[in-house]
Amino acid sequence: MDTSKDMLIGLVAIVLGSIFTITFIAIESETGIIGLIALSGAAVVLASRTGISERISNAFSSNESMMNSAVLVAVLVIIFWFREDHFSLLMIATVMLYLTACLGLNIQLGYTGVVNFSGAAFFGIGCYTAAVLNQNTGLSPLIVLVIGGIMAALIGSILILPMLRTRGHYAAVVTIAFAILFKTFLEVNDTLGGAQGLKVPGMEILGWDFNSNIEIGDEIELSFYLNYVAIALVLSVLAFILMRRVERSWIGLNLDAVRLDETVAACFGISIKRWKVTAFTMGNFLIGMSGAVFAMMLGFIAPSNFAFSDSLMLLSIVLLGGMGSPWGTVVAAGLVILLPEKLQVIQEYRFLLFAVVVILILVFKPQGLLPRGLRAYIPGWRG
Amino acid sequence: MTKGHDKVLAFRGLTKRFGGVVALDHFDMEVDEGQIMGLIGPNGSGKTTSFNVLTGIYEATGGTIEFLGQDITNWTAQKVCEAGVARTFQRSRLCVELSIFDNIMIGNHQNLNHGLMYNIFQRKALKRDLQESFEQAKELMAIFNPPLAGRMMEPVRNFGMIDRRRIEICRALISHPRLLLLDEPSAGMTEDETRQLMDDILVVRDKIKGLSIILVEHEMGMIERVTDRCVVLNFGQKICEGAYREVASDKLVQEAYLGVE
Repeated sequence: MDTSKDMLIGLVAIVLGSIFTITFIAIESETGIIGLIALSGAAVVLASRTGISERISNAFSSNESMMNSAVLVAVLVIIFWFREDHFSLLMIATVMLYLTACLGLNIQLGYTGVVNFSGAAFFGIGCYTAAVLNQNTGLSPLIVLVIGGIMAALIGSILILPMLRTRGHYAAVVTIAFAILFKTFLEVNDTLGGAQGLKVPGMEILGWDFNSNIEIGDEIELSFYLNYVAIALVLSVLAFILMRRVERSWIGLNLDAVRLDETVAACFGISIKRWKVTAFTMGNFLIGMSGAVFAMMLGFIAPSNFAFSDSLMLLSIVLLGGMGSPWGTVVAAGLVILLPEKLQVIQEYRFLLFAVVVILILVFKPQGLLPRGLRAYIPGWRG
Repeated sequence: MTKGHDKVLAFRGLTKRFGGVVALDHFDMEVDEGQIMGLIGPNGSGKTTSFNVLTGIYEATGGTIEFLGQDITNWTAQKVCEAGVARTFQRSRLCVELSIFDNIMIGNHQNLNHGLMYNIFQRKALKRDLQESFEQAKELMAIFNPPLAGRMMEPVRNFGMIDRRRIEICRALISHPRLLLLDEPSAGMTEDETRQLMDDILVVRDKIKGLSIILVEHEMGMIERVTDRCVVLNFGQKICEGAYREVASDKLVQEAYLGVE
């Protein structure tokens, strides 16, 4: 009886959330945006004070597949709403691609505790792979994006070798070095376009050109970004499912054990190396794939897109959302990508702002906006 | 071989040096099947070091370790565990944010399927597997404390010291080891809790036939009640071995604990 009431509250929350998101993306004036942020802040505080947020999370844990589908429908409605608006669709696709990358990062950091300060570099590997392959070969873009992921995973598996020989902060330093090295390498490498960057031909599958608008009859003309939004949505949903399934399995348990206590893990026969390599590779694969789509969507990439600060931004999404929390990552990716786009005032200060937000989160809510719960293995399973 | 028992573990001349400090000095010890061996000695005498060398956390500087007839000197922690040695830690080392069930399953690692395809795509098989493992863990937990068996999906941080110790022992026992190492299980406990813990250890001995236990402990009441035999270490050297009464009346042991005038 209570669960059905919880579910109703959860569904209402999803409807309100999608109305909010649509308004947020559609609104032009900056004062309007600030007003909306204040409103949502008040709503969140109110919901947690009155216990409504708890009931929403109850709805998700007791009736997961239903609630997840509801969110998916809401996302489809949001996309449909902006079907003709290039810029809004570009933003939505960007959020989804960064979300995919951050879900990968979350498998590394949130579950396994492998700190990766070179997220943007692996994203860049996917981008450049797509650029080079699309320029020089006639491979199908779907294969290209998988190769983008594989390239990131492969280069990651070289980087993991020195990381496995170090512990804690030192492993993190290895990734910082790689992030800086990657950008410098691109800047001086002329075949990859040097500092000017590369043009990336768009996607084309079976004669379907992703870079021209979709015309249905004479009246309806849909933005060509809709193609990329669709691909990004499929990718992010698959990444979400993958992350969930990894967590809810013996693998997720191994990853947690490696993160929480390496000595204990080893004493019970858990191979630290195997699971760090697995998580790192899996994460980089997701990051690389999202990078490949991102490059094809933008049509142009340059080394400055893959600076160390971009890696930090990816990490700040993971921290803000909550370590190991897929829904948290969804919310945080939306906030971190959309806010600076809508509030041009903070655009220049966004890294400063994110730094402040990360510090505040670490001090006041170290588990993130939507903290990860206990492992449930199977939705609704109570043993 | 003593009294026809099978020998499970033997240290021969086991030595561990940290730079100039000799933590273990030609340490010889044998543990028989089903025996509870007490390992005592003042602080810093090498008790925990011997556990760490045995379980592959430290590398031995010299000597050999034989387990079930195999030379396991300097095996990795993972291989020692697979051979059948399980342990608890001095300060309880559970993953406190994970549930009791999760923690026990960490101990069950070698019996679980860790294939990527299996875990991600064969969810139905995994579900059956999960249910079976859960029943198994619950049964084991119920031996120690039935109320805990009803709270398997709660995070360990909700529980007190004695319960955490029990969970830790379950984590070590779930994989059916041949040798259990208990490192100061009574540390941080009240007298009453220590008494309950002793009962638990005796329950383990009665229920699991053939399991050998090495117990590191400062609580002499516990050593007296639980162990069959004791080894006393001082500055990494074995100074005495025998039943608790013999050991306690030994002059060298009294000097080691109380000092010489």
